[in-house]
Amino acid sequence: MSGDFLFQAFVYLTAAVIAVPIAARLGLGSVLGYLIAGVVIGPFGLGLLGEGGEDIMHFAEFGVVMMLFLVGLELEPALLWRLRGPILGLGGLQVVVTTAVAATVAYLLGLPWQQALAVGMILALSSTAIVLQSLAERGQLKSAGGQASFAVLLFQDIAVIPMLAIFPLLAGTVATAPGDAHGADAHAATTLVSGLPPWAQTLAVLAAVAAIILGGRFLLRPVFRAIAATRLRELFVATALLLVIGIALLMNQVGLSAALGTFLAGVVLANSEYRHELESDIEPFKGLLLGLFFLAVGASINFALILAQPLLILGLVIGVVVLKFTILLALAKVFRLGTDQALLLAFALPQVGEFAFVLFAFGVQEQVFDGSVADPLVAVVAISMALTPLLMIFFERVIRPRVGTKETAAQEPDAIDERNPVIIAGFGGFGSTVGRLLRANGVGVTVLDNDADRVDALRRFGLQVYYGDASRYDLLIAAGAQEAKLLVLALDTPERTLDLVHTAHKHFPHLQILARAFDWQDAHDLLDAGVPYVYRETLDTSLRLGTDALRLLGFRAYQAQRAAQTFLRYDEESVRTLTGQRGDRTVYLLAARQRIADLEHILQADLTGIDLARDDGWDAEPLRADFARVVEKTD
Amino acid sequence: MTRILILFAHPALEKSRVHRRLVRVAQEMPGVTFNDLYEAYPTFDIDVRREQALLAEHDLIVLQHPLYWYSTPALLKQWQDLVLEHGWAYGSQGHALRGKRLLIILSAGGRAEAYQPGAFNRFTIREFLAPIEQTAYLCGMAYLPPLIFHGAHRMTLDDIGQAAGHYRHVLEALRDDALDPAALGAWQTLNDALNIMPMIGKSTQAVTQ
Ligand SMILES: Cc1cc2nc3c(=O)[nH]c(=O)nc-3n(C[C@H](O)[C@H](O)[C@H](O)COP(=O)(O)O)c2cc1C
Repeated sequence: MSGDFLFQAFVYLTAAVIAVPIAARLGLGSVLGYLIAGVVIGPFGLGLLGEGGEDIMHFAEFGVVMMLFLVGLELEPALLWRLRGPILGLGGLQVVVTTAVAATVAYLLGLPWQQALAVGMILALSSTAIVLQSLAERGQLKSAGGQASFAVLLFQDIAVIPMLAIFPLLAGTVATAPGDAHGADAHAATTLVSGLPPWAQTLAVLAAVAAIILGGRFLLRPVFRAIAATRLRELFVATALLLVIGIALLMNQVGLSAALGTFLAGVVLANSEYRHELESDIEPFKGLLLGLFFLAVGASINFALILAQPLLILGLVIGVVVLKFTILLALAKVFRLGTDQALLLAFALPQVGEFAFVLFAFGVQEQVFDGSVADPLVAVVAISMALTPLLMIFFERVIRPRVGTKETAAQEPDAIDERNPVIIAGFGGFGSTVGRLLRANGVGVTVLDNDADRVDALRRFGLQVYYGDASRYDLLIAAGAQEAKLLVLALDTPERTLDLVHTAHKHFPHLQILARAFDWQDAHDLLDAGVPYVYRETLDTSLRLGTDALRLLGFRAYQAQRAAQTFLRYDEESVRTLTGQRGDRTVYLLAARQRIADLEHILQADLTGIDLARDDGWDAEPLRADFARVVEKTD
Repeated sequence: MTRILILFAHPALEKSRVHRRLVRVAQEMPGVTFNDLYEAYPTFDIDVRREQALLAEHDLIVLQHPLYWYSTPALLKQWQDLVLEHGWAYGSQGHALRGKRLLIILSAGGRAEAYQPGAFNRFTIREFLAPIEQTAYLCGMAYLPPLIFHGAHRMTLDDIGQAAGHYRHVLEALRDDALDPAALGAWQTLNDALNIMPMIGKSTQAVTQ
């Protein structure tokens, strides 16, 4: 590891750590913070990047790759099916219409039709990275406009596959050798297929896609199962990273976008029980690399080129943004979005996306067009991306307050992902009984468990069980803790239970927690931690046994049952009283001593405390006595 | 001001049409304590001390329930057996309820005409409720004529809405002491006393105070 690398990392991280909080504080959002930081440290700012700067973009594109993997993971087939209307209709029309109009304009500006078509296709795409991040930060993902944005972005991401396949067919209008591609997806290197004729390349693309789908379906799950069985978390993280990197490499070898490959793998894995775990493992890497990506976009804005042709670049930026904006707005109205939601969509998506970097590089490499066309457009793309957060702020602050219909994300019932009201952590005998009761009564439960074998077995019975360590914040987020109402803790150790209680209290104060406890000690700890619903796992069972014992000894069934009810209530009360009294004793008593001290305390209280005569109403004895007195008196 | 305690007993409120509506009215009425017995004691494990304390704090005790087999749902009977303890509610030492008032508000599937001598149910509802009337007497409570929502099976949503209106007026009037309990005593039912039409479909007059 060279000192140069460390210095680079230092510069990037410093820039991020300084700029992003400031931007967030000013309400500008993290994306703009990263972009500005990138400009500041870039070659046209402080110039801190040195020679390594060019590679960073390449490296950071991995953030986009990972993000698409995560986007894919979110896309269960069922969800895709539900959104099929907006995806195909709105998304499809957006891509087709924008491509057509942009290509026509480019053709009229003098490009040959092949180049015009290629440019049109590229400009039709928007930035999944920036838009999703910005919408999520504003809590707009689940509003109607947010969902429409998501659908359009998704169609665009998918549309890249045929675009990549079509590009080789459009080649032939430039004779020059490929210029220096800007921040490409490793296409600069010769790939396995670059020597093949166009039809064979197209075939290779299709074959690679098929390979990912089949591999994901039949190979990845057994592998993850085996890895999960080792119960080594870091191994799971490593496997997840290996998967993403491996697919990226494979895709590059056949000349396809790594982002698309991992996106596909994500979709294939979306239904697997390891989805939540994968999500939370990849998430931090994605976040970091995506930040780096935004930094790199900022740093890569070529101010020399812009200053050389300021009017051309400016005109192109405005032209592209206005064109995309208008088409988006028109389509949103056709699809009957409310005015403010239509505007949200139009203000969110008018930039050109990160795939443009990939596609311009690919186009140059495939000799669809040359650098004289690609380079100014790459600058246009970067600027349009940088403008997006500003446009969003403009929309939020100026436009939105003026449009009549206000729809907040909170009111929107049509969530992207249907969430269950109950999360059950731990699905052994205890948790599964709770889950079965709830399900039998039509209550949906999301189950988290970290025993791979059990997850596997339960899945075979058609249960929604996910593999993961439930006491982790990110996993809870992934499982929908923000939308859920109840959190049922049925984990197998008190330590993990308490961990989870603390995490939940800190991050999800709205969640009502119902916790299984093992014994008094544990119940005390949970009560102390502020969990009101605590259930000692052996209590009800032992009382049922005790009830039967009383019956076998000749007690009437109802009397025995009432006695157990009385005892249960009394016992619950005394645990709570004792919790209050324990206080500082716990500090100097060992746990084992504490257990005995508690037992002594409780046994002592039993002798005096239980109000066994609670059913006085059924006791006719005092009545008889009273009656006797009255009779005596009247006699 | 009369402090009202409603002891409500319905084992399947989720299936109810009439009481579900009434409950909504009662729950948001100021000056009224609503005690949902089946919700508080799903295992019939009644907290006798709590119930007695509640009784002590109120002047008018309302038993509200659907008529089941010419009587109350089971939990309300359990409640009577356990809460009205000898030595507390009755007996030579039991005076806790003395001077309070008791009112029954119930719904019945049968129509008013069916509850007549010689008719389908052979007795009046007032007659069926005799055990409770006598219980009130034994505990030293004044027994008000019951308020009855007849023909529950045939009530339309409009009818139920109207019933809820009467229910609200009666409770408010009693709470605000706008009704003289002594003057009510002569009537068979509160419906008669207040000229509330019990039947379905006939126009109903508003409750007059
Ligand atoms: C177990 C049971 C017993 C009933 N017994 C009687 C009865 O004796 N007399 C009568 O008029 N209605 C009887 N009904 C009808 C109920 O009183 C009627 O369904 C109820 O008052 C409707 O009120 P709700 O919609 O709030 O449940 C009975 C209903 C049930 C379920």
